[in-house]
Amino acid sequence: MTRDTYRRGLSHVIVGLCGLAVLLALIPLILVLFYVVSKGIASLNWAFLTQMPKPVGEPGGGMANAIVGSLIVSTLGALFAIPIGIISGVYAAEYAGTRIASATRFAADTLNGVPSIVIGVFAYGLAVLPFRQFSAVAGGLALGIMMIPLIMRTTEELLRLVPSSLKEGALALGATRARAVFTVVLPAALPGIMTGILLALARIAGETAPLLFTALNSRFFNTDVRQPISTLTVQVFTYATSAYEDWHRQAWAGALALVTIVFACSLLARVATARMERLQRGS
Amino acid sequence: MAFKSTRPDEIVFRIATGAFAVLLIGLVAAIGVELYRQSQLSIKEFGWQFWQTDTWDPVAGQFGARPFIWGTLYSSILALIFSTPIALGIAIFISELAPNWAKWPLVFLTELLAAIPSIVYGLWGIFVLVPVVRQLEVATPQWMKVIPLFSGPPLGVGMLSAALILAIMVIPFSSSVAREVLKSVPQAQREGAYALGATRWEAIRMALFYARTGIVGAVMLGFGRALGETMAVTMVIGNSPQIKWSLFAPQYTMAAVIANEFTEAGDELHLHALIEIGLVLFIITLIVNMISRMFIWSMGRQKRPRVAQTAAVKAAA
Repeated sequence: MTRDTYRRGLSHVIVGLCGLAVLLALIPLILVLFYVVSKGIASLNWAFLTQMPKPVGEPGGGMANAIVGSLIVSTLGALFAIPIGIISGVYAAEYAGTRIASATRFAADTLNGVPSIVIGVFAYGLAVLPFRQFSAVAGGLALGIMMIPLIMRTTEELLRLVPSSLKEGALALGATRARAVFTVVLPAALPGIMTGILLALARIAGETAPLLFTALNSRFFNTDVRQPISTLTVQVFTYATSAYEDWHRQAWAGALALVTIVFACSLLARVATARMERLQRGS
Repeated sequence: MAFKSTRPDEIVFRIATGAFAVLLIGLVAAIGVELYRQSQLSIKEFGWQFWQTDTWDPVAGQFGARPFIWGTLYSSILALIFSTPIALGIAIFISELAPNWAKWPLVFLTELLAAIPSIVYGLWGIFVLVPVVRQLEVATPQWMKVIPLFSGPPLGVGMLSAALILAIMVIPFSSSVAREVLKSVPQAQREGAYALGATRWEAIRMALFYARTGIVGAVMLGFGRALGETMAVTMVIGNSPQIKWSLFAPQYTMAAVIANEFTEAGDELHLHALIEIGLVLFIITLIVNMISRMFIWSMGRQKRPRVAQTAAVKAAA
């Protein structure tokens, strides 16, 4: 009887500890979001979005150049990553049993685990060192490399979900394999692939480390992709580690903008996934 | 299975898409080769000495990287010690205990934790966590300060802040993998345990035991993340290359020194030394990730025949 009570007691204690673990993990989440919103909202105004950074000591100013810079660098990354990710995903799905396909899958998983700072060093060696010039292109390259594995894996998985009868139908009508894949199978999987791209974008939107010595930073409004460019994340880093009160305020506003962008991307992707699942169940 | 066709259009398609696949494989190889190539100066100059000496003085041209290895490993291991019980607790709670309506929101919340960018954690760390840690350090009683683990002046920035931030950032990764692994434990295992009169915890313990390799994999995956984490750690660890057990001492990590010194590296030897640190970080995370994936995969393999069995039982019933 006492042993039984002990066993039941222990069980209750452990169940309670697991609940406690959930609460413990929610504390930092709530604290981080609370501080980012409460400190950021005061400075996240029209001026922040539309004005250029002011010199040290002058209050006000904004991060207009950094916001545009982040957009440019992310777009460059996406332009570079989407074709490579999708087409290598197509290969891995179409020739699933081959050695190259498993090697590609392995490479993607490996790339996914490479620290972002190491990718930054690699992009530096590839796109900065040969030209002796920091540039938006180099930053885009670094972010693109980080997007590729995510896009490749989602493409592959979604292509496998498309019923093979669709492709067989196209082949039976005399389409070549390329035509069947690109005009029948890929469009069927497109919404899912878009979701994957969105998630990849959400991931790189918050990246700082790979940009530190590729895109570098710039005090100016720059749209020339061959020049160093300012980005939201690097700007937040610079401001956060500075000694000026006013810059700290702006760093919080930048953080709020970042969190909003990242959450919006993930939420959009989540909604799209849920809708797709409903559609699939319905059909 | 792919079947090999000799039709010309088929061969073109295969080669054209295959080229991109090979490009992706080449990219990973290129990272290793490029880092090795760009760190030649430092590798030739210092050899193994690089990893066995402690002086990091770019001005004098002296580069010893041992403190960085120490800082990276120490902070990541501490982060694992903090995060693993919590991550496992969350995984168990969501997969075994929570009612169905509560699962989805809980998964969503832990995913939010993973979505917050590193730089935002770092900002929060500097202005919120570090002052709190400093107060904790000030409040540490004198008799505890005798222990090397708690010695040194209360600065706030240092190993403890870094490990705490890392732990927060790693929790969602290990808990989501552990949750998936627990999900793959066949329901029949739990039912069997309950049928034998097990309490809830005993049934969970059984599921944990069944999933042990996958759970080790999940923890290691978190370890890999922690090793390479850059921004948040750079902002709170204090950036001082020294090997100390003290949680209060400012230290340095491999990723942080690259982030801080790369653009300022004036001479080529300094740059190559930093890239060599990047190369070793690349190799370490590669190995850790490979081992963790092996663990998680082996879990998936052992699952399949059991799933087939339960399916067969259901079909027969």
